Amino acid sequence: MEEVKVIEIKKSVFAENEKDADDLRTELKKRGVYLLNLMSSPGSGKTTTLIRTINLLKDKLRIAVMEADIDSNVDAVKIREATGIPSIQLHTGGMCHLDAEMTRQGLSNLDLEDVDLVILENVGNLVCPAEFDTGSCRNAMILSVPEGDDKPLKYPLMFSVCDVVVVNKTDVMPYFDFDLDKCREYVRMRNPKARVIPICAKTGEGVEVFADWLFREVRNWKNQ
Amino acid sequence: MHELGIVFYIIRDVKQAAADNHVDHVSAVVMNIGEVSTVVPEYLTDCWRWAADKEDLLRGCELKVCTIPAVSFCDDCRKEYETVRFGRNCPFCQGENTYLLRGNEVEIKEIEVPECPL
Repeated sequence: MEEVKVIEIKKSVFAENEKDADDLRTELKKRGVYLLNLMSSPGSGKTTTLIRTINLLKDKLRIAVMEADIDSNVDAVKIREATGIPSIQLHTGGMCHLDAEMTRQGLSNLDLEDVDLVILENVGNLVCPAEFDTGSCRNAMILSVPEGDDKPLKYPLMFSVCDVVVVNKTDVMPYFDFDLDKCREYVRMRNPKARVIPICAKTGEGVEVFADWLFREVRNWKNQ
Repeated sequence: MHELGIVFYIIRDVKQAAADNHVDHVSAVVMNIGEVSTVVPEYLTDCWRWAADKEDLLRGCELKVCTIPAVSFCDDCRKEYETVRFGRNCPFCQGENTYLLRGNEVEIKEIEVPECPL
């Protein structure tokens, strides 16, 4: 019988990525660039929310967007046309998430000297993106009303890594059994520090609250 | 989909470990997978078979999974309990100040390499 030698490794498969992510954050801090990682399910209204938010902030901050999708460039084109800001599309080549290395490659396609805020629109998915640190300064996620108020219970990791939970499509709340107070409670169970911001991206209601939060974040990041 | 991404990370780390140890073939990779790691072992081994056979280093290499039971700790009554069975609330005092002690590992425990008998 063939002899076997065992080599002990004892290493988390996420360890390498976590180190890459920390390095990237340190570099961004030095260059005064704030990176927001925005996550959600497909169809939650990420792109519409971004367009509204960018239009509120683009006179105060220099903004760029990186759109991550498995395929196509429809989102990058939509953002560029609606806001006039630089927007690039990243293809994950079938992967369900972005990691720090892929984020770094994406950033290398932007002129960071002319940018204060980069928004990374992660792949629409509530599982994998939560698992991989992109090197962002903060994580935000959008939960839309039709998805249900119990999502924080079903996808605990996603809600525990987010600093802000934007609840979108509040205009259709009467048509769904969505209880905003319950939703807040479920988010708090997973992450007591997360802030919940209800908005309606379609009408613009509440978007200024999210934009103000983001503006203050970027200013603090640059000044600290 | 999720498991395939993880398999790519495992392959990257195993390749590095093989290079560090001057090994040209790996016969098995042993993983520690926590019960609440969100990784489904069956999917992981399926994805592994597909991806590993594309690498010379890993052709035919088996992925073995050791499941790590999830254990939570209650800060109120200072007791440990089974996470999967009881969830977030402590079964002893019903407290909510609980946290996971172990069970979310996605870790390469060790690799096995064939050794020619002397």
